[in-house]
Amino acid sequence: MTGTAPAAIELYSISKSFGPVAANRNVSLTVAAGSIHGIVGENGAGKSTLMSILYGFYEADSGEIRVGGEKRTISSPAEAIATGIGMVHQHFMLVEPLSVVENVVLGAEGGTWLKRGIAKARAELARLSAQYGLAIDPDATVASLSVGLQQRVEILKALYRGAEVLILDEPTAVLTPAEADQLFELLRALKAQGKTVILITHKLREIMAVTDRVSVMRRGEMVAHVETISTSPAALAEAMVGRRVLLRVEKAPRQRGAPVLEAAGLSVVDARGHETLREASLTLYEGEIVGIAGVAGNGQSELLEVLAGLVQPTRGVIRLDGRILTTADRSPANLRRLGLMHIPEDRQKTGLVTAFAAAENMILGYHDDPAFGPGPLLAPSAIRCHALAGMQAYDVRPADPTLKTAKFSGGNQQKLVLAREIERAPKVLLVGQPTRGVDIGAIEFIHRRLIALRDAGVAILLVSVELEEVMALSDRILALCGGRITGERAAEEADERDLGLLMAGVSERAA
Amino acid sequence: MSATPIELPRWADTALVPLVSVVAALLVAGLVVLGIGESPLEATALLLKGSLGSLEGLGFTLYYATNFVFTGLAVAVAFHAGLFNIGGEGQATVAGIFAALACLWLAPLPGILLVPLAILAAAVGGAAWAFIPGYLQAVRGSHVVITTIMFNFIAATLIVYLLVEVIGKPGSMQPETADFAKHATLTPMHQLLAPLGLKLPKTPLNSAFLLALAALVAVWLLIYRSRLGYAIRTVGANPRAAAYAGISPARITMVAMALSGALAGGLAVNEVMGVQHRLVLDFTAGYGFVGVAVALMGRGHPVGVGLAALLFGALYQGGAELSFDKPTITRDMVVVIGGVVILFAGALEGLFRRLVAGTLRLGRGG
Repeated sequence: MTGTAPAAIELYSISKSFGPVAANRNVSLTVAAGSIHGIVGENGAGKSTLMSILYGFYEADSGEIRVGGEKRTISSPAEAIATGIGMVHQHFMLVEPLSVVENVVLGAEGGTWLKRGIAKARAELARLSAQYGLAIDPDATVASLSVGLQQRVEILKALYRGAEVLILDEPTAVLTPAEADQLFELLRALKAQGKTVILITHKLREIMAVTDRVSVMRRGEMVAHVETISTSPAALAEAMVGRRVLLRVEKAPRQRGAPVLEAAGLSVVDARGHETLREASLTLYEGEIVGIAGVAGNGQSELLEVLAGLVQPTRGVIRLDGRILTTADRSPANLRRLGLMHIPEDRQKTGLVTAFAAAENMILGYHDDPAFGPGPLLAPSAIRCHALAGMQAYDVRPADPTLKTAKFSGGNQQKLVLAREIERAPKVLLVGQPTRGVDIGAIEFIHRRLIALRDAGVAILLVSVELEEVMALSDRILALCGGRITGERAAEEADERDLGLLMAGVSERAA
Repeated sequence: MSATPIELPRWADTALVPLVSVVAALLVAGLVVLGIGESPLEATALLLKGSLGSLEGLGFTLYYATNFVFTGLAVAVAFHAGLFNIGGEGQATVAGIFAALACLWLAPLPGILLVPLAILAAAVGGAAWAFIPGYLQAVRGSHVVITTIMFNFIAATLIVYLLVEVIGKPGSMQPETADFAKHATLTPMHQLLAPLGLKLPKTPLNSAFLLALAALVAVWLLIYRSRLGYAIRTVGANPRAAAYAGISPARITMVAMALSGALAGGLAVNEVMGVQHRLVLDFTAGYGFVGVAVALMGRGHPVGVGLAALLFGALYQGGAELSFDKPTITRDMVVVIGGVVILFAGALEGLFRRLVAGTLRLGRGG
């Protein structure tokens, strides 16, 4: 039957512009039925736009969509679902206080009376769970599920609505490595049952592990379609960026200086009364990068926030340059003055005001600097000049200070934050997830900047969910588990398995 | 399900969408006029003639607009900090009490000192009355929408108590203070412009109008050109980013509310010091609430607020003339139009944005 069966999805020369920006230019794509098809590309390459067109969020300016060989116009997600296309978003669309089965029927209740719809859904859920090996308790509250299980609910939702083609947008961004492996198992099971999967990601390792074919996008165009077995991560990276990329970080041996930031016995209690950071002690020296390894949610965020002055510790002492910081000293504004800069984990929620122009974000935290205007006033021209210089130095594209920040891609937003904080010549730099959702070209750029800062004598604390990144950049690695520092390794002697044990709370090396 | 905001060119966003909202509101109001058996065209003509057709009408229109500029700006400033201050009425009431006390107690001072001091007193009164809800919001988390509404009632009761029991004119049955000294009041516009050779009819328009124009410029400077305004906008757009940037959302909440209340105090300056020349009950007359509509229509920008204030001023004045000429159309009709404009400019704005976006796309495609 192969060869004669129509492709699950065919896109012919899709174009889509937002104002003067062409997000997709004559993009064509064929996804064979019953296959796992990867789409890779840098942030802003047009992957999400293309999938949004397929899922009916946007309408293409021109081009044609065929589903199962038939020409279709898909002008809303409802129509996409009706044609058998389901989508699992990077940020889940679930109602947390409701149960799994309630979330699954949401929007497909099937009549006025809920009871009948729920009963039907329960039976269908049981069938789907058995068919694909998706064990899940239908009555569990979604809020009580782990992120990996919540993702399963999203997948079940799509299957319940009869999805034949499943689009997954950066599905592993929020998963632990083990959860990601389970997801891949599931995708293979779906494929075995004849479903078609489109996987959008920027992690080449995943593409290599699970897909049959890969399409590469660059700057709004499709630049390559290849069989996964006949390609390599390096070749894909090159296709994405359009030039050769260094996947490894090169750095000189560290020149460790004096201790700059010392924390002793720091504890943090969150609003719900949980102790999220317990007795953490660490010392940062000039000219070194200390990485924090840990599964998300084990106190890394709290460690960053407490050191940046955003959260007050319940216990513990922080010293900067040997001086104990009082509560008053620890205000974010004062810490900035003392040379402690912070690149927050979530740039869109914390590091930027996305509704502001790029120029306005380039002074966030520094709007009291006399350089930006006379007395109580701000001078827009000075702010724009400052922003333009920073944007050019950090290769922010487009280098337009008046453009709204929300319109920049994730990588460029991150470069804005980086430019703002690094240009202020920090003594200590706290960095959270510097490359989350950032494309390969920008990752390379960001890593080089961080290494250059370290070589210039800055003390850097790095928190990242990417263990590879922590291992590649750090001089020393601390493992966090349950809010406790469970071990320390020099980068040279750290290996993934050993760190994994520390991250799982198995304290010091057995044997 | 699509939550993507509709992007429009700036000119369409700031001018076209509000215009479409107003036209739609007027059309609906026209239907209501038709419903009570009058001609909408004739009513519109009367309304325009009454508000803009004569110098006298224009004077009244600008006098009303002065009130709306102050209350509209008050709402707009709070808006930029992410706060919904609907306590303009109460804040203006307290501002009126403060201004009246200043005018009465400081009467021995010369006008050149007394008037600025009384204006300052009004601003302080309004600011203080708005600061308390701001403080409660910042420190206790009590929502300003609830507390400012409650403070309207408290202020309304307070002024009755004061006028009846404490500062009322001795021997008068009216709940009002004694008249202010002549030098404690604001100069009417027809007197102010007389030396320039301009002969204007006698209207309530007074020098508070100039203060309103200054307030428009000052608020523009504050919001878009000052460090404080930057902090206010940051808190309004993203409180987490503000905290990260070392801007205290709690502090900005209190400051923005106080500024908002001070602006609402401008209503008292116009009414108490400019028109009544004594403190009377209910001088706020709902202008504080209309300020919400003015700010929504003006999209929080001083230029928009100025234009919207002018529109509502014209509606108020034209509506008064209209109800005089056509007794079947009462002044309540104007309130209806105002309500419909609020509905269209505020609540249904998304509808018109979509419509405008669709039309523009059509135009570009063809």
